Amino acid sequence: MKKLIIALVTLLPALAFASGGAHTLKAPIDPTDQASLQNGAKLFMNYCFGCHDTQYQRYNRVAKDLGIPEDLMMENLIFTGAKIGDLMLNSTTDKQARKWFGQTPPDLTLVTRSRGTDWVYTYLKSFYVDPERPFGVNNPLLPGVGMPHVLQSLQGVPTATFTTDEEGTKHLVLDSHGIIITETDGSGELSDGEFDTAVTDITNFLHYSAEPSKLERQSLGYWVLGFLAIFFVLSYLLKKEYWRDVH
Amino acid sequence: MSSAPENNGRRRFLTLATAVVGGVGTVGVAVPFIKSWNPSEKAKAAGAPVEYDVSKMAPGQLVRVQWRGKPVYVVRRTKEVLAELENGHNDQLKDPTSTEPQQPEFAANPHRSLKPEYLVALGVCTHLGCAPTYRANDFNEIVEGVANGFYCPCHGSKFDMAGRVFQNVPAPTNLVIPPYMFTASGSLLIGVDKGDA
Amino acid sequence: MLTSIVNWIDKRIPMTETFNKHVGQYPAPVNFNFWYFFGSLAMLVLVNQILTGIWLTMNYTPSGEEAFRSVEYIMRDVEYGWLLRYMHSTGASAFFVVVYLHMLRGMMYGSYQKPRELLWLFGMFIFLVLMAEGFLGYLLPWGNMSFWGAQVIISLFGAIPVIGDDLTLWIRGDYVISGATLNRFFALHVIALPLVLVILVFLHIVALHEVGSNNPEGIDIKKPKGSIPENEKAPFKFHKMFTDKYDIVDAVPFHPYYSVKDIMGVVGFLFFFCFVIFFAPEGGGYFLEKPNFEPANPMKTPEHIAPVWYFGPFYTILRVVPDKLLGAGAMFGAIIMLFLLPWFDRGTVKSIRYRSLAHKINLIQFCVCFVVLGALGTMAATPVANFIGTVASFGYFGFFIALWFYSKNEKTKPLPERISH
Repeated sequence: MKKLIIALVTLLPALAFASGGAHTLKAPIDPTDQASLQNGAKLFMNYCFGCHDTQYQRYNRVAKDLGIPEDLMMENLIFTGAKIGDLMLNSTTDKQARKWFGQTPPDLTLVTRSRGTDWVYTYLKSFYVDPERPFGVNNPLLPGVGMPHVLQSLQGVPTATFTTDEEGTKHLVLDSHGIIITETDGSGELSDGEFDTAVTDITNFLHYSAEPSKLERQSLGYWVLGFLAIFFVLSYLLKKEYWRDVH
Repeated sequence: MSSAPENNGRRRFLTLATAVVGGVGTVGVAVPFIKSWNPSEKAKAAGAPVEYDVSKMAPGQLVRVQWRGKPVYVVRRTKEVLAELENGHNDQLKDPTSTEPQQPEFAANPHRSLKPEYLVALGVCTHLGCAPTYRANDFNEIVEGVANGFYCPCHGSKFDMAGRVFQNVPAPTNLVIPPYMFTASGSLLIGVDKGDA
Repeated sequence: MLTSIVNWIDKRIPMTETFNKHVGQYPAPVNFNFWYFFGSLAMLVLVNQILTGIWLTMNYTPSGEEAFRSVEYIMRDVEYGWLLRYMHSTGASAFFVVVYLHMLRGMMYGSYQKPRELLWLFGMFIFLVLMAEGFLGYLLPWGNMSFWGAQVIISLFGAIPVIGDDLTLWIRGDYVISGATLNRFFALHVIALPLVLVILVFLHIVALHEVGSNNPEGIDIKKPKGSIPENEKAPFKFHKMFTDKYDIVDAVPFHPYYSVKDIMGVVGFLFFFCFVIFFAPEGGGYFLEKPNFEPANPMKTPEHIAPVWYFGPFYTILRVVPDKLLGAGAMFGAIIMLFLLPWFDRGTVKSIRYRSLAHKINLIQFCVCFVVLGALGTMAATPVANFIGTVASFGYFGFFIALWFYSKNEKTKPLPERISH
């Protein structure tokens, strides 16, 4: 036991040298909020799915988990003529994508697990105007990003401010947490608060898509741990009973 | 060190209780292993109901529709064929009234279908699984007095135009009728019947 | 009825005899403590890996094109597939936690000393095969970390002079890690190494039962025959394999005392195991790493390539040595030192409880260094990290060197005759 404590205490300074990732905002998602998930699904299918697949998910799974009746799902969220049990593949081929964007837009099924839920949330809120880019926008979380700001019609046009240092290099102005500060021109359909909700909903949906069985896993977990706790007490009493022979 | 033998009830009870709880736990652990063998979502999607528009079918035409990897024979029976079924060669059939459970409830009738005009049956011979050949108007060579039917080339089994099996052939039962229904728009949906929809 | 079936079997295969020799009448020291759970836990985890592994193989496709997709298929489309997957991935990490603690027990109580050197060697071979099994298994999900981790480790073989490049080409079966590599790793991971592992575990237990278990006091429960008065001998029936040669003291038959106690240990372990599976399967990014949620991409290297946490200590030792070949040599050397532990320790007092302060300090510093090396293995290689790693590596190797020196004439405490309880 002593050794364990000494070992753990020694670990602490070592952790200080752990490399940090990009600065991110905490995504205020609620995975149990079906309304949010449904809105997120709607936004994702309308703004993102044209280019980004979620190729490991099936439409009927999404419908079931989000509480959307299958016929509503077919009418409103399936644009490719796919059947309800099909995988969610869009119509853009890899070849077309490379022609239009210079690269294939990555599949997004697992993006919240590979980059992080907070990263996705922050990314969608961090676009800013950059005339030097082909689509006119850039993003500090993916400098030189090859996609347009698809949510611009919702957010409005976001401009960042810059400072220039002694060598003449421009730097983005960031807030105290290292997050970009942008201002919109008001042309967006949504207010700042509404846009934040929209981004939260999309992030929530992607977080669900990355692991659709998460809620089931956690609820099963409570039962399993509860059972094991009871079983432990029983097995402990059994051990004590047998070991009375010895002590 | 005590050497008193177990004196109790208590030891037996605890052992039994632990064994029972342990047994419950073992069953619980077995559940995901066993359930994982059920058809996956991929299999279920591939086995999903199949729709077919029968309005374009000519009288007497047979169409093969694939459902769950098997051929479903859809035949638009003519009036003559339906008459033939009524006129009775029942004494030549093994199971003329469909007592064997080879069909959903709605097909336990003389024409073994929802609508008399359309036969919907699995094109799988109930002997060893070959696909029987559709014989329109030349079935008399095979069964005297019956002009239309199905003849299985593998071992010679014979079925009438309701899929009922004749006597003295290897196949033991009538052709299987799958669950199916007609949608509101009138097209044929194979794989679900009205009860499930 | 049951008795006659048992008799029928016993006439044809020594079932009851074997059960008595190894379980029902096997004398186990009465003072096994917490550290003695980890052997049976290791067996439990092995069974878990085999069962869940077999079930995963039913739905996994071992090809470069389909592997990643088939894992997501298991996670979503196969009923309870997600659970089987998490049981297997958590089990892999749990295996190393349990095995490291099991080895630590051996080091604390001198369970590697005569006559248990071969037992320790079998254990070390199990450890080596286990590391290989983990390495091979990690390529199978075909994630980006799978790919690049394998790339880095296999390229180490290139450091061997003369044959290095041909060797790496032969191992890979291709000019880069590819489907060819995946397929052969699959065969080795699913069939070859599990067989070897099961055989080694069997030999490990045979070797243990031949000489009997050690215990936290490090004193023998097998006394010379005739030296113990009847009323002081252990009041249980032990197999004549032991009682013919020795007077047994301070022992209990393994069944029912340790079978029952091990059930408790198993349930306790399962609580933590299931906590991870159901509430934190990614293990904070250490059991399922973030880059592995992207498919293997030869064009895109992850931000920093690290092996899975359980290889950490050896990976750090490799990294702190500037030369590629010498680094690999140091890494294997670290494992070889462990193999030779029974010969580095020239002492005869087994348990740390009766050994010198020097030995206590030495073992503690070894553990600290091992943990530090492990933590560094998961982090980026900065100059500061390298410096700490070098110091810790000296601590690691120094343990064995120092032990060799002071164990010859060590100031140990007098050993008791009997285990007190």
